[in-house]
Amino acid sequence: MADLGRAALVTALGLLAYATVAGTFAAWKRRRRLAASAQNALLAAFGAAVAASAVLLIALARHDFSFTYVSQHTSKALPLGYTLTAFWGGQEGSLLLWLLVLCAYGASAVLWTRRIARDLLAWTVPVLGFVGSFFAFMLVFVSSPFATQAAPADGAGLNPSLQNPYMAIHPPMLYLGYVGLTIPFAFAMGALLSRRTDERWIVATRRWTLAAWTFLGVGQLLGAHWAYVEIGWGGYYAWDPVENAALMPWLAATAYLHSVMIQEKRGMLRVWNMVLVALAFCLSIFGTFLTRSGVIQSIHSFAESPLGGWFLAFICIVVVASTVLIILRLPLLRAKTRLESLVSREATFLYNNLLLVALCLTILWGVIYPIVSQLVRGETSTVSKPYYNFFLHSFGLPLLLLMGIGPLVAWRRASPRALGKTFLWPIAAALVVGAALLAGGAGSSRVGVIAYTFSVFVLASIVLEFTRGTRARKALGTETWPGAFASLIARNRRRYGGYVVHAAVVLLAIGVAGSSAYQTVRERRLGPGDSLRVAGNVYVFRGFVTRREPNHQEIRAVVDEYDSHGHKVARLAPGKNRYFREQQVSNEVSIRHDWLTGANSYLIADQINANGTVDLKVLQKPLVDLIWLAGFVFVAGSLITLWPDAREERRLVERYAGAFAEA
Amino acid sequence: MTAGLVIGAVIAIIAAVLVALPFIREPAPVDDRLDAPDELERRRLALAEERDRALAALKELEFDHRTGKVSDEDYRALVGPLRRRAAETLRALELRAEATSSRIPSHG
Repeated sequence: MADLGRAALVTALGLLAYATVAGTFAAWKRRRRLAASAQNALLAAFGAAVAASAVLLIALARHDFSFTYVSQHTSKALPLGYTLTAFWGGQEGSLLLWLLVLCAYGASAVLWTRRIARDLLAWTVPVLGFVGSFFAFMLVFVSSPFATQAAPADGAGLNPSLQNPYMAIHPPMLYLGYVGLTIPFAFAMGALLSRRTDERWIVATRRWTLAAWTFLGVGQLLGAHWAYVEIGWGGYYAWDPVENAALMPWLAATAYLHSVMIQEKRGMLRVWNMVLVALAFCLSIFGTFLTRSGVIQSIHSFAESPLGGWFLAFICIVVVASTVLIILRLPLLRAKTRLESLVSREATFLYNNLLLVALCLTILWGVIYPIVSQLVRGETSTVSKPYYNFFLHSFGLPLLLLMGIGPLVAWRRASPRALGKTFLWPIAAALVVGAALLAGGAGSSRVGVIAYTFSVFVLASIVLEFTRGTRARKALGTETWPGAFASLIARNRRRYGGYVVHAAVVLLAIGVAGSSAYQTVRERRLGPGDSLRVAGNVYVFRGFVTRREPNHQEIRAVVDEYDSHGHKVARLAPGKNRYFREQQVSNEVSIRHDWLTGANSYLIADQINANGTVDLKVLQKPLVDLIWLAGFVFVAGSLITLWPDAREERRLVERYAGAFAEA
Repeated sequence: MTAGLVIGAVIAIIAAVLVALPFIREPAPVDDRLDAPDELERRRLALAEERDRALAALKELEFDHRTGKVSDEDYRALVGPLRRRAAETLRALELRAEATSSRIPSHG
């Protein structure tokens, strides 16, 4: 079995190296059959990666401890679900997942675009092949999941924090996001290498970029929820370097998704878009480097290894090569038009881009600061939460405001009179709510009030956009109101899907502001019958219950929650799990969701004492459920945007009829 | 040799055949040059992108005007140049199409 896995990986490496070398030669010398052969190598590499992945999955399912990887990350008592998800629980498996997803993306991109961007694809394939070769090389020579040993009687088990249902979905989502950013990067570099800097590379990668961005966003939200329910500290985002590593490429990709619209509509920001695509890709590799190298202390650094140097070298190559290429092709990337006014839709997109990139780079500086301080001063200093929060407030709040301003401003230029008319209702709504919040005592957090006020402004501007748009469509013909609303969205999915995504970001902002700026925390040692009052509710500790599972022992503190009228609202059970094989203890929190207000009662059994007492920590987190609701709205908005538009497709087919013709 | 290695070898052979397929299908092609748009086609492509951009901008302007985002004054100032640009690109594309069709020999 291990031989088959190794052979499949060697085959994948050979095919990807062939795609790189033969693809480059074919594109350079313009050889049609060789270019097709390189494309086929990419397709075949996907098959080889599937075979290698199947071998690892079968070994995991069979508890084949002769595979070092299987014995290090599973045990006989580990439930089958977690045994299979251990595929990406360790370093070698994660790298294999990277390769598998990359080959899948690469093969799909080749199949879907080979008829419409043949000349671009000739240079794109070697770029994809090069990235794939790196990961295949690491798997074959540096970190193989198919290393074998004399099989021990049992395995070491899986890290308890990974024994959570989110393990099945969060890492694959993140990888689909990280790896997906390779496609726009490869096409962008392909466009530069082939000197075809028209819009085809953007058209060819539009959906891939959106899909990768969506996966990355959903992956982060799932990770935040996982941290919230599993790690047991009461939060969902800790500015951990590896969390930041996923946020940075997402921010860069968000900036790109906005600025690319300016290129499509006005022919501007062509260099900037190339830079953003390269930045997003480099940051996605950097994220993998952070997770896998262990160079920075993080709760996510499950595996520390000598991979860091290889990744660093790869990142350096990519940064240098893409920078040189962009500089060499600058004459081809000159803007075709100029910004007409600083008060226009494109100008707000530009401000949005500057803020997103500034936020991204300040986070990057915070992440690499420990390495820089170690190199410069010989001591490791880290930046903490206040640093990140300062920049989140400094850049994030203006970004939130811009989300409301942008849609209300016309392209090219906007006169003060039109602006006054358009902004009247959103500003009025925001001011009324802001005043009401201050009157209601929300002024304890200045940032919270600003965030809420801006959020209302954005929501009002979105509602206004949908309302005015529907009214305008209704005035055009005989459609009913629902019909006009549906056709408004169907005729401009990107715009209105984007507004739905904006609404998701607003929900996220409200949830984050509410749960962080206005949360209440109380902590006390309680014996049976003792109570704790938090934000009007009373929590009474009743005693402990225990339960034995195949691979762990559970202990739970039974706590009854009563509202301010003395009515029992829930029985909660925070506690701990002791994992036998792993010799580790995990914190298991208990959460009561108030579905009407979006608030949570969040209980942590900080310490379970031998004398029958518990150190109970209770957090009252207002509006926190809006963060998770934002995830669903985000997906809905992304799906609207991603949904194929037959009219648009026909227009593109007509536009590229000559250039995309079959050879 | 283990069964794993045999299956691995089979996978490698299938992959090699797939990679060699373009050469197996066309051992001696008339033309092995990679297809790419020529200068004329690239110019047409640029014009088509410019036309679509102008038409989309016009559509957007009309819509923004109807929804009150663009004042009558701004609309009047912006619509003329956009229409002119759209018309210019459409005309240029038509001229190119005529020139291209006149270059294609008729086999009637």
